[in-house]
Amino acid sequence: MTSKKILLGLALAIAPWALHAQSNTSGLKLPEGFNAIVAADNIGRARHMAITPAGDLYVKLSRLNGGKGIVKLSDKNRDGVFEETTSFGNYGGTGIYYKNNFLYASSDDAVFRYKLDAQGNVQNPDQPEKIVTGLINRRQHETKSIVLDNEDNIYVNIGAYSNSCQESDRRQNSPGRANCPILDSAGGIWQFKANKLNQSYGEGLRYATGLRNVVGLDWNKQDNSLYVMQHGRDQLDMFPQHFSTKQAVELPSECMYKIEKGDNAGWPYIYYDHMQKKKMLAPEYGGDGKKEGSNQYIDPVAAYPAHLAPNGLLFYTGDMFPEKYKNGAFIAFHGSWNRSPEPQAGYFVVFQPFKNGVPSGDWEVFADNFAGVETVTSPRQAAHRPCGLVQGPDGSLYVSDDVKGRIYKISYEKK
Amino acid sequence: MKRSLLTLLIVSGVLLSASAQTKKPQTTQKASTTSSSAAVKASLSRGQAVYTTYCLPCHQADGGGVPGLNAPLIKTSQVLGSKPALINIILKGMQGVEIDGEMYSNAMPPMTHLTNQQIADVLTYVRNNFGNKASAVTVAEVNAVRKK
Ligand code: HEC
Repeated sequence: MTSKKILLGLALAIAPWALHAQSNTSGLKLPEGFNAIVAADNIGRARHMAITPAGDLYVKLSRLNGGKGIVKLSDKNRDGVFEETTSFGNYGGTGIYYKNNFLYASSDDAVFRYKLDAQGNVQNPDQPEKIVTGLINRRQHETKSIVLDNEDNIYVNIGAYSNSCQESDRRQNSPGRANCPILDSAGGIWQFKANKLNQSYGEGLRYATGLRNVVGLDWNKQDNSLYVMQHGRDQLDMFPQHFSTKQAVELPSECMYKIEKGDNAGWPYIYYDHMQKKKMLAPEYGGDGKKEGSNQYIDPVAAYPAHLAPNGLLFYTGDMFPEKYKNGAFIAFHGSWNRSPEPQAGYFVVFQPFKNGVPSGDWEVFADNFAGVETVTSPRQAAHRPCGLVQGPDGSLYVSDDVKGRIYKISYEKK
Repeated sequence: MKRSLLTLLIVSGVLLSASAQTKKPQTTQKASTTSSSAAVKASLSRGQAVYTTYCLPCHQADGGGVPGLNAPLIKTSQVLGSKPALINIILKGMQGVEIDGEMYSNAMPPMTHLTNQQIADVLTYVRNNFGNKASAVTVAEVNAVRKK
């Protein structure tokens, strides 16, 4: 076991927070009755998280920290703060998921699996099984988010290595490529068997296409379906004759899609406009902000303001939070970088109410002030950026931050 | 900050014109000094406009870029380094290249739609803002690279 023992430095970093942890929000703005503690800090660029029934938290790091890419956090004394840190895995990445005594984790081109023993420890940290290999990684939208269904299938996002499938990526007035060839190997969700080794495109199924890039995704156990959050396209004003800077700031929507096998969400041909509630033709394919796009593409089930970067999605099934949260969705918005000259936006966790399996009512900001500053003009100003979400066995909500590597634990105090 | 930059520009302008025009009488030299520093000043303000329209969305108002996504333009070896290499980044774009030990997950497009004057202006602006101090980029230098 290539494990590192308790890090004294980490304990020291947490200490000042732990002191005023009671009924504290650790700098976050939360609804009445909720509190947040810093459950861990400075663990590296923390992306998605997975938790075992025993409450051990596994965190995937996008870059190696001390040569390791997965951090395991344990809270043996049950005070909410993780006092034990070990790490393993020699690859960076974003995706991680726990199911039935297996831990799944992704690099930017492969998916691995680890068997956990009865104590919830990874048995062979240096010899994971390779479930999927050879996925495309062209240094744009390259992270591979993962989730499992209840039938031993694993879903992997393969993001498009392009903004809008232009002949020359992100170049002013460059037209869209006909029959966007990127969609053959990216720009969608692929389905693989969770228990079969060494699969690649040949063994996988393109489960859904026309999705530019998905980071936040979850399996909704209530209606047994995959839900994904798409990162909408950038820079509509690369076509300044049709789109103003203001339009490029406010459009397109960040979309939540319910995905069924074979669905096509329309990237790069269309974008969604939440103000008009319409699918619009992309300028690369002749759009001008007025022409609607084809109706063959699916509609989002909910849409949010542009460029907020939804990096985490979680359907809440716990009993700790008040009734209204049950079966609704939490979304971690990493925060925008391309809304200038307007201030940047996002950097918060949103709650989307659901009723009978469909979004019902307006979304609301659930946890705010991760950035720690009033206005973010440039993303570097944000002290923390929310990225991953996971529900603890006790029904609390963990939020990861990939700037400093902080893990927040948000709880509700019953009156 | 701004003032020291201005002083630097004026001083380098004096040095430049002094070395180039040693034979000219005192008065003309003074006039040309003023006009060359005025020229750099004009280039800087045009450069700022180009930056705001074409670069700021990615590289941000403070030139700091976006962590993990868009490279910063603050005191990096390339921003302060060879001018032809820098001009080429604008003309050819850049993607997937490690910069001072970091990788960035976005693509910088080629900016051939900019005129040589705009490229000279924006690079002069970048090299003398965000804490950077380096010599101005001239249209002639951009011409030379674009012709290749
Ligand atoms: C679509 C986003 C985008 C736009 C617009 C953009 N850049 Fe970039 N730029 C990048 C990215 C991403 C990199 C890093 C590429 C890499 O790592 O290979 C970069 C790299 C650079 C570098 C090299 C930095 C270094 O230290 O080596 C310079 C210089 C630069 N850009 C200048 C500019 C200028 C000037 C403009 C405007 C004329 C501009 N960029 C517009 C995204 C952009």
